[in-house]
Amino acid sequence: MTGAMGQLPRLLALVPYLLSRPGIRLAEVAETFAITEDRLRKDLNLLWVCGLPGHGPGDLIDVEFEGDTVTLLEPAGVTRPLRLTVDEALALIVALRALADTPGLSERDAVDRALVKVEQAAGAAAGPASRVEVAVEGEHRLLPVLRAALEGRKRLHLGYYVPARDETTQRDVDPMRLLLVEGRSYLEAWCRQAEGVRLFRLDRMDSVDVLDEPAELPAGARSRDVSAGLFRPGPEDLLVTLALRPAAAWVADYHPCESVAESPDGGLVVRLRARDTSWVRRLALRLGEHGRVLAPAALADQVRADAARALEAYADAPAPG
Amino acid sequence: MQANVAAVSAKKTERLLNLVICLLATRRFLSVQEIRSAVPGYEQDTEEAFRRMFERDKEELRDLGIPLETGTDSSAHDDELGYRIARRDYELPEITLAPDEAAALGLAARLWQSAPLAGATGSALIKLRAAGVDDLAAPAALEPRVGASEPAFDGCLRAVRDGRALSFSYRTAGGPPKERHVEPWGVVSWRGRWYLVAHDLDRAAARVFRLSRIVGDVRESGEPGSVVPPDDLDLRAVVARMASDEPRATARVALRPGAGWELRRAATAAAPDPDRDGWTVVDVGFSDPERFADRVTGYGADAVVLSPPDARSAVVARLRGLAS
Repeated sequence: MTGAMGQLPRLLALVPYLLSRPGIRLAEVAETFAITEDRLRKDLNLLWVCGLPGHGPGDLIDVEFEGDTVTLLEPAGVTRPLRLTVDEALALIVALRALADTPGLSERDAVDRALVKVEQAAGAAAGPASRVEVAVEGEHRLLPVLRAALEGRKRLHLGYYVPARDETTQRDVDPMRLLLVEGRSYLEAWCRQAEGVRLFRLDRMDSVDVLDEPAELPAGARSRDVSAGLFRPGPEDLLVTLALRPAAAWVADYHPCESVAESPDGGLVVRLRARDTSWVRRLALRLGEHGRVLAPAALADQVRADAARALEAYADAPAPG
Repeated sequence: MQANVAAVSAKKTERLLNLVICLLATRRFLSVQEIRSAVPGYEQDTEEAFRRMFERDKEELRDLGIPLETGTDSSAHDDELGYRIARRDYELPEITLAPDEAAALGLAARLWQSAPLAGATGSALIKLRAAGVDDLAAPAALEPRVGASEPAFDGCLRAVRDGRALSFSYRTAGGPPKERHVEPWGVVSWRGRWYLVAHDLDRAAARVFRLSRIVGDVRESGEPGSVVPPDDLDLRAVVARMASDEPRATARVALRPGAGWELRRAATAAAPDPDRDGWTVVDVGFSDPERFADRVTGYGADAVVLSPPDARSAVVARLRGLAS
C-alpha cells in the first residue's frame, strides 16, 4: 500500500502534519496517510537524513520516537503543507458544490461555509473547478420521514414497487442509511421479508409508514460497498446473450455486461447476467427489432410469445375513430 | 532487483526533498552551480549528466505543483538564471474549519467513488490535515455518491481542466462511430450520467456528448489554455436543455389491474376501462412516440396504447419486429 500520494508529496505533508501533533501514535499517522506502519518508518528514516544546506546536526529534520509515538522536533523550514493542486482543488470544490445543491441535505449551511474556506485556501487552483458540475437530483419528498426513522431507529413499513414483477410489494424494513448514487436516492435497509440488506429506490416507494417499533438490525447486517456500482451480478444469475443493433447499443451503457463485442453491422453482441427473466423479457420487448435474444433459446421463445400475445391485445382494441 | 529499484527511488526522493528545502530556505535566486554544491545527490561525474538530472528534477517538482521561480538578483555576478521557491506561492494558506464544516468536507470527500477524483480528494485531505484540520470523518444520514466509470472520463476531465482541444470517436444511434473535433467547455454529471459540453468545430455549434458513447481514446491537441469557455456558460442548463423530455402530447393507455406501475405514477388522469373488466385507462404526457414506446412496450399485453395513432403504431411496430 503506497497511499494516495507519491512519496515526495507525502513527505512534504508529513513534516507539518507531525509538527502540529507532537507525540502522535504511529498507527494513527499511518492510517491518515493510508500507508503501512512499515512504510511510515521508512519515510521517517528518510526525513531524518534530509535538511538545510550544510546538512550539519542542527540543519537536519529531527524526529524523536518514544514507544509507539513520534514527535517532530525540527522541520527544516517545511512548516506548512504545499498548496492544493488544480486536481485536488477541483475534487473538493466540485464535491462541496454538489452537496450544497443536494435536495434534503440538512448540513447545507455548514457545506456553504466549508466551500468558501476551501475556495479561499485553493486560490488560483480553484479556477478550473467551475468547468465540472455534478447535479445531484434525488427524490426528496420522502427524505424527511425516512431521515426521522433513521435517526429515531424506527422500523418502516414500505409499499415498494418491483419493476421486474411490475407489482407493488408490502414489507417491513429496518433502515440503515440513505444514499444518493448515480443520480438516484436509495434507502439501505434490512428487509425482514427477504432477511437481507436491500437497497430501495425512493422513487419506487408507493407508501412509507413509520411503525411504533424499534428497528432491530441483526449482527450480520452490513452496508453494501457501492463503489463498484449498485448491481453486481453473480454467477448464479442467468447469462443472456443479446444482439443489439446500433439503435439499441445504449443497453451496454446502462447494464454491466460480461462481454461486449462489435458486430459487422455496427451493432453489438453483449452477454449480461439477469437476476430474473421477466426483466430481460421486458427489455427485449422494449427494444423491438433492434434487439434480439440469442441465448438461452427458451428465453428467445418467451419473448416471441410475449410479443404475439401483446399484438393480439392490439387487434382486440382497434384504434378509436 | 526489487530492492535496487526501491533504493534508487529513495535516493531520488531524498535529493528532491533536499532540493525543495534548499530552495524554500533561500531568499535570493540560487544559480545552478550553487544548487549543485548545496544539495546532496548531485555529485555527478560530468556537468552534462548533472544538468540532465536537474532538468528532470525541475520537471518533476512542477508536476507536483511546486512553484519553482526563475530569475536573477540585481547583485548576481553573472546573467545565468537562478531558482528559488517563494514561500507565499508554495504554502497552503491558513484554513480553520469548525467541526460541522469539517464534517461537511468529510461528507463531500466521500462523494467521488472512482479515480482520478477519489485519489485527488485523498491527497487534498492529507494536505488539509497537515494544515491542522481534523474531524473529517463524521457520519452523515444522507450520503451522495458519484462514480465516473466511463473510460473517456479521465481524458475529458484533463482537456477541460487544461483548456485544450479534443478529438474522439463518437457512437450515435444511427450508425457506426464518427470522428468528432471539439473545444471542450466542461463536464457535467446529470441524472447519474456524465456529459461533455463542447463547441463542436465541424458543426460550429454547442453540443452535448455522453461520455459513455465515446469509443476508444480521446486525443488532446493545442496549447493549454487555448480553449476558453464563454463567460455566461451555465453548464447544467445546457445539458438539461439538450437532454430534456418535456411532454408535448397526451397518450391514453389501458392497463391490466396492478400492471404498468410507472405509467400509473406518471398519469395525469385515470378512469375505469369501459371495455375491459377491472382495467384502468390512464392519460400520460409524452414528447416523442418512440421514447413513449420505450416506456410502454415492455409491459407487453398488460398495457395497450389506445391513442394517439403515432404512439400506438410505434408500439405495434416493435412488437411486430419481434413476433415475426
